[in-house]
Amino acid sequence: MATDKRQEIQLARDLIEGKPEAFDRFVEVFRSKVFQYALMMCGHREDAEEVAQDTLFKVFENFDQLRDPERVRPWVFRIARNACYMKRRKSVFAPTQELSLEDFLPHSEGDGSRKLEIADWSALPDDQVLRAELRDVIHQAIQELPEMYRAAIMLRDVEELTTEETAQVLDVSQEVVKTRLHRARLAVRAKLDEYLRRRQSGVAKG
Amino acid sequence: METGKHKHDCKEVFALLSEYLDAELDAERCDEIRKHLDDCPPCIEFLESLKRTVSLCHGCQTAEQPPPLNPEVREKLMAAYRKSMQNRARQGL
Ligand SMILES: [Zn+2]
Repeated sequence: MATDKRQEIQLARDLIEGKPEAFDRFVEVFRSKVFQYALMMCGHREDAEEVAQDTLFKVFENFDQLRDPERVRPWVFRIARNACYMKRRKSVFAPTQELSLEDFLPHSEGDGSRKLEIADWSALPDDQVLRAELRDVIHQAIQELPEMYRAAIMLRDVEELTTEETAQVLDVSQEVVKTRLHRARLAVRAKLDEYLRRRQSGVAKG
Repeated sequence: METGKHKHDCKEVFALLSEYLDAELDAERCDEIRKHLDDCPPCIEFLESLKRTVSLCHGCQTAEQPPPLNPEVREKLMAAYRKSMQNRARQGL
């Protein structure tokens, strides 16, 4: 369920104006959103439930500090990101492995042909089964990313924050967001490509 | 020589493809990339696959949902909201 950004902004505006009718819907929307984000970031259901609850508490405790309802999504995610940090398990403290662009450079087939050794992305059928399969591949690929890349692609591409908003949530420069995002996308693309190639060779064999 | 130069271009383009897709490059850089793409089918093919990846990621949240909200927790959240609204009123906002 993708929630509409405008709807979130309206709910925030209603709450700022003291209309408590918006309260339950606001809780429903952001509880689900933060839970899903935290599940991808923390990897544990019980952690994600706690992050969602802690985040909502902080959100309402500090609701008087939300000046601009237009910023509600990045504002909530900034709080959620900090709540996720509190839940970091020991394994996450392992030094982050940096992803290098070189690792994702596609290779051309032989000389002259200039054909890439990648799946045929133009032939993707637009059916629901494939769509569901690709979502699973994407989730798996994102969860396998080192944390800093995972956060960048979750906020920029899954939650569709702007580069500027993402930089603010993660407390890094916009340049850093762009660098991490590009590597994260390349990693996810590579997993999708691998999956599609396997699928296409299977289909070809009949 | 020519191949070497071309490969170098592809590598530079490759590093900038996300910013190109997101329209975050200055006009000059953007033009350079567009020119390169005009003459480089492998880079176009790769760009298309990256673009598809990004659009597949949009709204691709997990389908998992949190358990129903405990009424006691809801009351606490409501109390926190009420309190912060009182603060806001006190600040004259
Ligand atoms: Zn090229």
